[in-house]
Amino acid sequence: MTTDRRTFTLDGHDIPFDEGQSVLDAALAAGLFIPFLCHKPGYEAHGSCRVCMVRVGGRWQASCTTPAAAGLEVESTVEDLVAMRREIVQFLFTEGNHFCPSCEASGNCTLQAVGYELGVTTPHYPPFSPTRPLDASHPEMLLDLNRCILCELCVRASANVDKKSVFALSGRGPTKHLVVSAESGRLADTSFSADDAAAHVCPVGVFLPRGQGFRTPLGARKFDVEPLRVAALRRAGGT
Amino acid sequence: MTEDLATIVARHRHDPRRLVEILHDVTEAYGFVPKDIITELASMLAVPRGHVEGVVGFYAFFSDEPRGAYRVLFSDGTTDRMGGSIALLERMRASFGLQGEETSRDGRLSVGTTSCTGLCDQGPALLVNGHAIGGLDSARLGDVMALIRAEAPLAAWPRELFAVRSNIRRRDLLLATAITPGDAVSAAARRGRDDTLAEVARSGLRGRGGAGFSTGAKWGACAEAPHEPRYVVCNADEGEPGTFKDRDLLADHLDLVLEGMTVAAFAVAARHGFLYVRAEYRFLFAHIANALAARRAAGLLGPNACGIRGFSFDIELRRGAGAYVCGEESALLESLEGRRGIPRNRPPFPVTHGYDQRPTVVNNVETFMAAALVARDGASVLRDLGTRTSSGTKILSVAGDVERPGVYELPFGVTVQRVLDEAGASRVQAVQVSGPAGTLLSARELDRTIAFDDVPSAGAFTVFDDRRDLLAIIEHHSRFFAHESCGFCTPCRVGTTLVARTMGRIASGHAARRDLVDVARVARVMAKTSHCGLGLMAGNPVLQGIEKFRPVFDARLRPDDALPTFDLDASLDKSRDVTGRDDSEAHFTEEVRP
Ligand SMILES: Cc1cc2nc3c(=O)[nH]c(=O)nc-3n(C[C@H](O)[C@H](O)[C@H](O)COP(=O)(O)O)c2cc1C
Ligand code: SF4
Ligand code: SF4
Ligand code: FES
Ligand code: FES
Repeated sequence: MTTDRRTFTLDGHDIPFDEGQSVLDAALAAGLFIPFLCHKPGYEAHGSCRVCMVRVGGRWQASCTTPAAAGLEVESTVEDLVAMRREIVQFLFTEGNHFCPSCEASGNCTLQAVGYELGVTTPHYPPFSPTRPLDASHPEMLLDLNRCILCELCVRASANVDKKSVFALSGRGPTKHLVVSAESGRLADTSFSADDAAAHVCPVGVFLPRGQGFRTPLGARKFDVEPLRVAALRRAGGT
Repeated sequence: MTEDLATIVARHRHDPRRLVEILHDVTEAYGFVPKDIITELASMLAVPRGHVEGVVGFYAFFSDEPRGAYRVLFSDGTTDRMGGSIALLERMRASFGLQGEETSRDGRLSVGTTSCTGLCDQGPALLVNGHAIGGLDSARLGDVMALIRAEAPLAAWPRELFAVRSNIRRRDLLLATAITPGDAVSAAARRGRDDTLAEVARSGLRGRGGAGFSTGAKWGACAEAPHEPRYVVCNADEGEPGTFKDRDLLADHLDLVLEGMTVAAFAVAARHGFLYVRAEYRFLFAHIANALAARRAAGLLGPNACGIRGFSFDIELRRGAGAYVCGEESALLESLEGRRGIPRNRPPFPVTHGYDQRPTVVNNVETFMAAALVARDGASVLRDLGTRTSSGTKILSVAGDVERPGVYELPFGVTVQRVLDEAGASRVQAVQVSGPAGTLLSARELDRTIAFDDVPSAGAFTVFDDRRDLLAIIEHHSRFFAHESCGFCTPCRVGTTLVARTMGRIASGHAARRDLVDVARVARVMAKTSHCGLGLMAGNPVLQGIEKFRPVFDARLRPDDALPTFDLDASLDKSRDVTGRDDSEAHFTEEVRP
């Protein structure tokens, strides 16, 4: 690392960055938290969830797809921005079937954690209550698409990390949905394995390992032990 | 005769980038894209099966479910509706005993809707197996139904039914100037690359497809981008409801369009061009293919094009497949590369990383025409017309409540009232300029002008008189966006549906003040946080409607602060269906509703 790194400002704080780093990654590395859902450090930025919205020189942009550049003036923790993020998280709760109290992912779910972080208490809007399938064909893993937020992390992990392309997206707009790459549409008819990276990137509770339901009791789970903000900053800091 | 898959794929050189073309051919051969064909196609193209399934699922013109041997899709544009398309659709369904989107039991017929097909000046319209039939009235629909009953093959239907006429009503610079093919390119060659770029920049030409970006600056950036080869793309996706000018430009002025593309190719040193035309304009495809062949035969395309040594350029016709978002330039590039039409992240921009990640110029049909004239006659042809910030002319698609709907070319700076006078309009309540994504003008704003710094227009100009239900129109426009959202980003994917549903309740008188607050908030979230122009503009109908026609909204709201959004009676639909009951006891009446 060079000693005099270039910087931009985030809510008035100087943030150093490396060439090619996004505003989001640079902020996290500097210990300032911006919530995010479809991003995973190390993966190519996606820009779809829009939870990481910031204002750059007055323009609304997703911080994960905005390259850091010297002199940028970025706003993040301002009430109208936070309110927008809250709306977007409400949209996601409205769109899918999220019954957190009975969900196996509760406490491990990043959507839920981002909701807490932003103070989202209800979906606010009339729920879409879509009919979505449960795929129980695979010996190791259940796929419960009721919770899918269409972030494509599993699609990208399966294609780019596992080199299997087990998952893809079909439909568009409100009918967009995750598909399993098999004529039967069943996970069992693919080369998927519970060891795949794709099995471990989902920010919600779509991928459920069989035979482990509620093994970790509620209250002792990932975000129960360490709040999202702390966990994200710790990971970005490399500790 | 069903063409076999191997033949189709071989014709497309096993190129996965040609997947949209391949799926059109498969649909032509099989009527749909069967699931086993998807599997086979994926293996022939060496791509994951999910990729092919995802592309089939993205485009409205493809389906992996069997559909009727006759697939009738009523155009669901704003003006189709104003012309009574819904009644015609219902009559047809009733006549064949069809409910909703289902296919008839004998597999003969399915009847559905599709987004505006661009026959707004001669609607209502429908597509039967992709072929447009306009000017629908009771008699013509009767003819169509009789032919389907008689199971007449489409090829045996009277040609007259499929006639789409060009409808150019006023000509100015672009539509009145004759040009000998090759002249503009030769003039550009005499001037040289740099001076041609400079001339286009000097002309003040700005993109006619919506964003109004400087064409000279775009071409210059592409020419400077280091990678090779470079590409030129003509955007003829024309999906904005109410727009149809590119239809007539391609039909009657194609040579000028192709000339402009060739000028662009010369200026940025591109070797390959694409003309991306929406599939709804199927009636233009043979004409375009013939024109391209004629230019090749005349030496205007191909090696040493237009007699310029070392300048090799050809143009390929590509079809869309029923996706408005593919008019967004980066989604269009994705589609050209055989993928779902999801807009890309920017930067990088198409001028440096476009088709195949190579420098690419994307321009609207009309932009290329204007550029060709600038190349031939110099910057002043545009500079002498229009306003300081908007040089030249604008070609408008005028439709709705006017006496003479059609295509009008007028200098920039023209007032909205002047356009209304040209087309013959009275009792104007509102004008939707540039489609639902554009500007909704009230009758108090008719002195405003068509110009980039006042009311910009990508082409649509739709007039509503004071007998129209504006809330129903706004609801319809909101539904259009929900149907056309690509679904990539949260605000647009969820927000467009929330807005459409809430507008539905408002328009039907089932909403209260809180719904109005909610719908405006959702529209603002989309306008701030969406990934592409579709979502950023999708709230316009609602936001501008509330701003300019507040009393119309207020008059339709219930006095309550809030109303339940849950419709008890509708929630029993499924049970009624299963039990086969529809008597009064099987319904909640108004009184029992909470
Ligand atoms: C949702 C959406 C649809 C669009 N549809 C079209 C279209 O049908 N035709 C078009 O030329 N531009 C369309 N555009 C604008 C293009 O992205 C692009 O700006 C344009 O093709 C550039 O050409 P121009 O500079 O000549 O206008 C659309 C943009 C968006 C966001
Ligand atoms: S299954 Fe999970 S990782 Fe995959 S798209 Fe849905 S939410 Fe994202
Ligand atoms: S705004 Fe988002 S969801 Fe809507 S069309 Fe653009 S990218 Fe797709
Ligand atoms: S994390 Fe940036 S858009 Fe999802
Ligand atoms: S906690 Fe949100 S889906 Fe389970």
